[in-house]
Amino acid sequence: MTINERQDELVEEFSMFDDWMEKYEYIIDLGKEVEGLEEPKKTEEFLVKGCQSRVWMIPAFSQGKLHFEADSDAIITKGIVGMVVRVLSDNTPAEILDADLYFVDKIGLREHLSPTRSNGLVSMIKKIKTYALIYSAKE
Amino acid sequence: MFLVQYSNMNTTPLNIDKIRKDFPVLHQEVNGYPLVYMDNAASAQKPQLVIDTISHYYSYEHSNIHRGVHHLSAEATVKYEAARKTIQEHINASFDHEVIFTKGTTDGINLIANGFRGILSSGDEVIISGLEHHSNIVPWQMLCEYTGATLRVIPINDIGEIILEEYESLVSERTKLVALNHVSNTLGTINPVKELIELAHKKGAPVLLDGAQALPHMKVDVQDLDCEFYAFSGHKLYGPTGIGVLYGKEEWLNKLPPYQGGGDMIKSVSFEKTTYNELPFKFEAGTPHIAGALGLKAALDYCNQPEIGFESIGQYEGELLDYAMKQFESEGLSGDMEFYGTSKNKASVISFLLKGVHPYDTGTILDKLGIAVRTGHHCTEPIMDRYEIPGTVRASFSFYNTFEEVDRLIEGLKRVKKMFG
Repeated sequence: MTINERQDELVEEFSMFDDWMEKYEYIIDLGKEVEGLEEPKKTEEFLVKGCQSRVWMIPAFSQGKLHFEADSDAIITKGIVGMVVRVLSDNTPAEILDADLYFVDKIGLREHLSPTRSNGLVSMIKKIKTYALIYSAKE
Repeated sequence: MFLVQYSNMNTTPLNIDKIRKDFPVLHQEVNGYPLVYMDNAASAQKPQLVIDTISHYYSYEHSNIHRGVHHLSAEATVKYEAARKTIQEHINASFDHEVIFTKGTTDGINLIANGFRGILSSGDEVIISGLEHHSNIVPWQMLCEYTGATLRVIPINDIGEIILEEYESLVSERTKLVALNHVSNTLGTINPVKELIELAHKKGAPVLLDGAQALPHMKVDVQDLDCEFYAFSGHKLYGPTGIGVLYGKEEWLNKLPPYQGGGDMIKSVSFEKTTYNELPFKFEAGTPHIAGALGLKAALDYCNQPEIGFESIGQYEGELLDYAMKQFESEGLSGDMEFYGTSKNKASVISFLLKGVHPYDTGTILDKLGIAVRTGHHCTEPIMDRYEIPGTVRASFSFYNTFEEVDRLIEGLKRVKKMFG
């Protein structure tokens, strides 16, 4: 599936919810489903600095594709982190660099990607793009 | 209509309905719900009088102050200096030139920290407490780094109070300054500042108080406290942002060098020698925030009107705090909550966590319900480290909050509990 197909799939999943309450309950469920990282892996090295909630992300590169694992200490953030990973992980660096993450807006979660939100999400996406840039240069 | 009858009848019952009408920002919906604003410790809302004063100033009265011979400049100067006078009277400073206009509390603390560069040297000590806001930590760390002095920190106990015995053993002849908050922004603890100041004075150390969280809730008398410096912000006191006050005893302000150089702070300038202006202008380089000073005066005038008054404000906010704590209990929420800062003597600030729920998650859902609280470390990371938590949820009440709004908070928390439980 392409990045946009994955985004459209998420938009579709969220379209069945009428109010914010159901939407957030779904995000919380998604957050709970994210496997997350084992405690020893949550090191300073992989910490994406956010002021309020913390995000950890570990990249791996194999067979031309970037793979990500991520976690957060806040469930709502973890749910959204999980969605970002679902959309961007296992794509080529070039595809990731070109990606326009419109699903966040379409689902109605734009507020969580505001730089003032200080939840680590904006920094996480920046970091993913930076990894993509580094690996695209290596290719 | 909320007419609150207090047990202590020395205070006027506040007409909360009427007061709320004076704050236009409160009358709006957020996410489809009537706004409940409980982030007052971060910044308080402004009464119409403050907004009108600023608007009127820029519409009809603006000009630069202190230098012009023309009508507008003279008028603006009179108003700016009248604002200083109002503040002097409000905090009971001995002279109006002991009132320095600053950008805010942080600016005032930095002014003093900068002034102490020439006073401190290696072997000297500065004492702060474990309750301080970053703005009353970092300037002192910078000062100590610059001078080689040592920063000492008074530890706090489990309920968020300064441990007096520890303080007594820390303060000594080496102590060159004690810098403490009057009221903790995160935990609400009201420090026994008079006692703390007395102890410092016994060893000859001057005291700076960070009063950012005190002025909004109580009447402060700097002469009675006998502190050397007292800093506070306009925006937490229902006034504008970008304006604050540093009070300093005349002898101390005269002793310290200017903070910034520029216009207004000089008596004469030549390339060979510049002589500095007298107090308070020595510390007010450049064109000041004139509208801000006028707005701050308006905020104090508003709060000091006979039917309001800071005694009544503090009393009513205390009632809100007691009501909230009682309702948490009777609505069966207390068992799921962890409270931080439970000193008997505290301002209307409740810092807590819903057990097992990250503060970011709690804050996000409350926001969706139109309830504004603060989440995170509240610029007091050492307090979070003390309790080994990532942050708290902080609801801080002001005198325009209502008992019904406290109920809304409780309903909101029940919902959060259900969603994350």
